[in-house]
Amino acid sequence: MKVLVPVKRVIDYNVKVRVKADNTGVELANVKMAMNPFDEIAVEEALRLKESGGADEVVAVSIGPTQNQETIRTALAMGADRGIHIEAPHEIEPLAVAKLLKEVVAREEPGLVFVGKQAIDDDCNQTGQMLAALLGWAQGTFVSGIEIKGDSAAVIREVDGGLEHLEIRMPAVVTVDLRLNEPRYASLPNIMKAKKKPLDSMSAADLGVDIAPRLTITRVEEPPAREAGIKVCDVAELVDKLKNEAKVI
Amino acid sequence: MSILILADHDDGQLAPATLNTVTAATQIGGDIHILVAGDSGGEVAKSAAAIAGVSKVLTADDAALAHGIAENVAPLMQSMASSYTHLMAPATTTGKNIMPRVAALLDVMQVSDIIKVESADSFQRPIYAGNAIATVTSNEAIKVVTVRSTAFEAAAAEGGSAAIESASGSADVGLSNYVKSELSSSERPELTSAPIVISGGRGMQDGANFAMLEKVADKLGAAVGASRAAVDAGFVPNDYQVGQTGKVVAPDLYVAVGISGAIQHLAGMKDSKVIVAINKDEEAPIFQVADFGLVADLFDAVPELETTLG
Repeated sequence: MKVLVPVKRVIDYNVKVRVKADNTGVELANVKMAMNPFDEIAVEEALRLKESGGADEVVAVSIGPTQNQETIRTALAMGADRGIHIEAPHEIEPLAVAKLLKEVVAREEPGLVFVGKQAIDDDCNQTGQMLAALLGWAQGTFVSGIEIKGDSAAVIREVDGGLEHLEIRMPAVVTVDLRLNEPRYASLPNIMKAKKKPLDSMSAADLGVDIAPRLTITRVEEPPAREAGIKVCDVAELVDKLKNEAKVI
Repeated sequence: MSILILADHDDGQLAPATLNTVTAATQIGGDIHILVAGDSGGEVAKSAAAIAGVSKVLTADDAALAHGIAENVAPLMQSMASSYTHLMAPATTTGKNIMPRVAALLDVMQVSDIIKVESADSFQRPIYAGNAIATVTSNEAIKVVTVRSTAFEAAAAEGGSAAIESASGSADVGLSNYVKSELSSSERPELTSAPIVISGGRGMQDGANFAMLEKVADKLGAAVGASRAAVDAGFVPNDYQVGQTGKVVAPDLYVAVGISGAIQHLAGMKDSKVIVAINKDEEAPIFQVADFGLVADLFDAVPELETTLG
């Protein structure tokens, strides 16, 4: 079985993002970029599946500008076998991404797609569900455990009330949550090896997909700032402030 | 304008987040209908019909729709969509699971997790873990929208008298089967709607130490939450997690204990009215958002807090 893993290039999760002065977006120039942390978990899970004999090839795909090839190289350095880069604007929407991925699935015919449950930049949490819809496949979302059982998979989902167990038919789209695994670091020899792994590049137009945005971002602004408060000396003062000043207890 | 809201429920009770979604819909304006898809025998529909501002409740009762199976619920919503300008749901794990599937079936781009209604087609939503707020205009004929419940007041649960009609349920598409749930049971208030939340982080050192927080929570009528670090370390279950990818809370009082204050955690609680931080590291970023900071060892301060509260 082949496993497809879409990986997104986003601002590194440690970076404090800054809104552009003209309120058109956030500052991306000279900002450290990295693979979306949830997608790292997706790559890791695909690799573990391959290492346990449950998959024979892991293909990483990334959609965005040329720099997204770096993100694919990261996946290859972790252990993915080959990469596919689809040239598109950085701001592409989840629906368009899902449509492009559907075309990739049609060409590659994977048995499973592992993808992060959300990207930490736009926080949309849509792509996996949309891809599953377009393919008419089952979806296991926010997954913290998975066991492949031939033509079905047992998944454990992190839901608001706790955990939910589902049995989903394969092929399927599985969106991964934080607790599924801890992604490995790429070793230096593997980073070197990754440079020689195959990486195909194509454009959205090659796949015949209309990626024109459906939403217009009219303004991006800083959230209202919270004013720093005061330090209290001890628990007694804290309780007094909460009772008599803030009046919340 | 006509709006269809997908009710969030557990086939027994309506989830409170549905009420906040009704308020967001009211701000858009127009007729508000609620779809109760599931296997609830009508009880959830009765609750939905009583919500102020709702004019009609549509019920689709079918075993295949129980447990919010997205593959079965999404085609049902798709089949009803042409009568509406907006399809909405709370941004709970149920709404987040189902609505993008509905949107893709309709070839519509979803607007996720809105925090403000600017107009019928324009909304504010947080991006980058709430470090920026985007105003987004949807050009779609049908707007598919999920709603952050903490950003909208709850609509009155009583006072409405909507008509209840049955909608034809879609069949089981045979892609997913529900197996079981492992739900945390607690006598305490639900995390996302509790007026007071007390959360523990990595500084708690051990799951057993959360008993200290629970004692304080019981005196305050509070819910207990946690940072990602505490959940990852196995101190508490995943449904305790407050943050960018966990639950978003905005209580009157949020007490962060042994939590350093990573931006991913702040994303889930910084809209709380009053924030208290207890941490022995006075440089911890949590103090930058705290109204009241106490630099102290939590193992001294928390028991003392419990005693002081009497």
